[in-house]
Amino acid sequence: MKLGLVIDLDTCVGCHACAVACKQWNTSGTTGPLSDYEPYGKEPSGVWFNRIRHYEVDEYPHNKTINTPMSCMHCEDAACVTVCPTGASYKREEDGIVLVDQSKCMGCNLCAWACPYGARELDQEQGVMKKCTLCVDRIYDVNLPEEDRKPACVLTCPTSARFFGDFDDPNSEVSTLVRERGGYAMMPEVGYNPVNKYLPPRERPAAPVAETTTDSAEGDNQTKTQSLLGKWLQKQKSAFDSLGER
Amino acid sequence: MHPAPSVIIFTVTAGAGYGLLFWLALSRIASLAPAISNTQLVVAGFIGLILVTVGLLSSTLHLANPKNAWRSFMRFRTSWLSREAVFAVLFYPVTLLWFITGGNGFLSLLVALLAIVILLCTAMIYASLKTIRQWNNALTPVNFVLLGLAAGAVLLTLITLIQGTYTPRILAMAVAAIAAAAFSKLIYFSWIGQPAGPTINTALGFTRATVQLLDVGHASDTFLTKEFGYQVDRAKIIWARIIAIVVGFVLPLVLLTGLVGTPGVVHAAVAAILLMAGIFVERWLFFAEARHVVNLYHGQQRT
Repeated sequence: MKLGLVIDLDTCVGCHACAVACKQWNTSGTTGPLSDYEPYGKEPSGVWFNRIRHYEVDEYPHNKTINTPMSCMHCEDAACVTVCPTGASYKREEDGIVLVDQSKCMGCNLCAWACPYGARELDQEQGVMKKCTLCVDRIYDVNLPEEDRKPACVLTCPTSARFFGDFDDPNSEVSTLVRERGGYAMMPEVGYNPVNKYLPPRERPAAPVAETTTDSAEGDNQTKTQSLLGKWLQKQKSAFDSLGER
Repeated sequence: MHPAPSVIIFTVTAGAGYGLLFWLALSRIASLAPAISNTQLVVAGFIGLILVTVGLLSSTLHLANPKNAWRSFMRFRTSWLSREAVFAVLFYPVTLLWFITGGNGFLSLLVALLAIVILLCTAMIYASLKTIRQWNNALTPVNFVLLGLAAGAVLLTLITLIQGTYTPRILAMAVAAIAAAAFSKLIYFSWIGQPAGPTINTALGFTRATVQLLDVGHASDTFLTKEFGYQVDRAKIIWARIIAIVVGFVLPLVLLTGLVGTPGVVHAAVAAILLMAGIFVERWLFFAEARHVVNLYHGQQRT
């Protein structure tokens, strides 16, 4: 098995609900607490497994806002595991989930340095490294109804922009989405083979721009709204304009 | 990258200590200083071991959970940090045995070899990180070794001058080591000036259009911004480079090549202090100039 997430950048609205649900579940889960520093102070900070950032792609009038939730990519060639001197950081054989054994971690930060995605954060109060567990304490919990055996972020997403599944199964929802929607990995050139994939925004027809509507003398909508005299004048003008043309 | 003082002190002092022990061991094999007695060897060796120990103790201050530091020997097969820890601990009994046997030839070779291996392991912790292009290059290990050897050679010059076992060969080695370290560091500075590696476009997968950060998503500093978001003025960097080169390499070379009078104890002492100060600035620069790719997600266009 190769468990991971697919995140649809087309439908993600950047509401941060996945990050909040993640924090809520995991702070009381097996890796908890996710310490907060000065939560009610002037500069509240703390450990998060999932962070959402917002970008503008391209320039006006083709610009688009992109919201990118990012958590551990559970890389196939995870350098955070190979650099770890204590063996606290490991990748599970059975499902590919990358985890930290907190009882072994010495808090040297080297795994966080090796991670290009900012997926690992040191818990300064506990002195150990923490990261997304893909809700390993939830997805296998047989006491939960089957539809609830998914990561907290996936269950809570109000726009269903997050999908969880097995990438080794070519017919799984995640594999199908990646195949059909051109799912891609972030920063693949670092060479860690991230499992999590992102679906690019769908192509949409460009919205009409003011410039083109005023110029189109032939446009049906525009001629309907004009008076007969206006139509006649418009016709003469376009005839005159086209005189020099071949 | 945040330049943590504990790591800077560790790499500089331990590097100088290993450098000193390397030259000391080599002096036994290659008879750089044939007059050196066993007691003098042990005294000089202990200075090296003290530097190494101060460095290693300083490195543990960097750990958030030092009670698990003993576990760092567990992943020798994959982790450079683990390899460094194993060799650093192995170094003590080997060196002590070398002292006891009065600088035995085979053990001399082993001490010299281990010193270089440890310097390389320290460097590879940084050089193996693909996330930081300023570190992920072949000059990082070269610089760490050469700077450690330059510091060690100047310290040995000073010690042999005090002990009265000085030979011109030792001075020649020190001058050569400083010149080599300066040369490779200058290449490094010009090398990392070349833009390369991931950009904000490849980081997000939007490679056919411009990408700019609209909102970073957090209200105040996070672990990521504190650890990786360290920013220094370009002017400050250039000043620090000039200081590192002049104080660390040029002035010690002037003092040791006899341009200001025949090198004596005072010359060597001042050269050693200047060189160490220069390497401290160099090591601060090594961290301050390193830009982690996670900064791309925080809005930097390139690293």
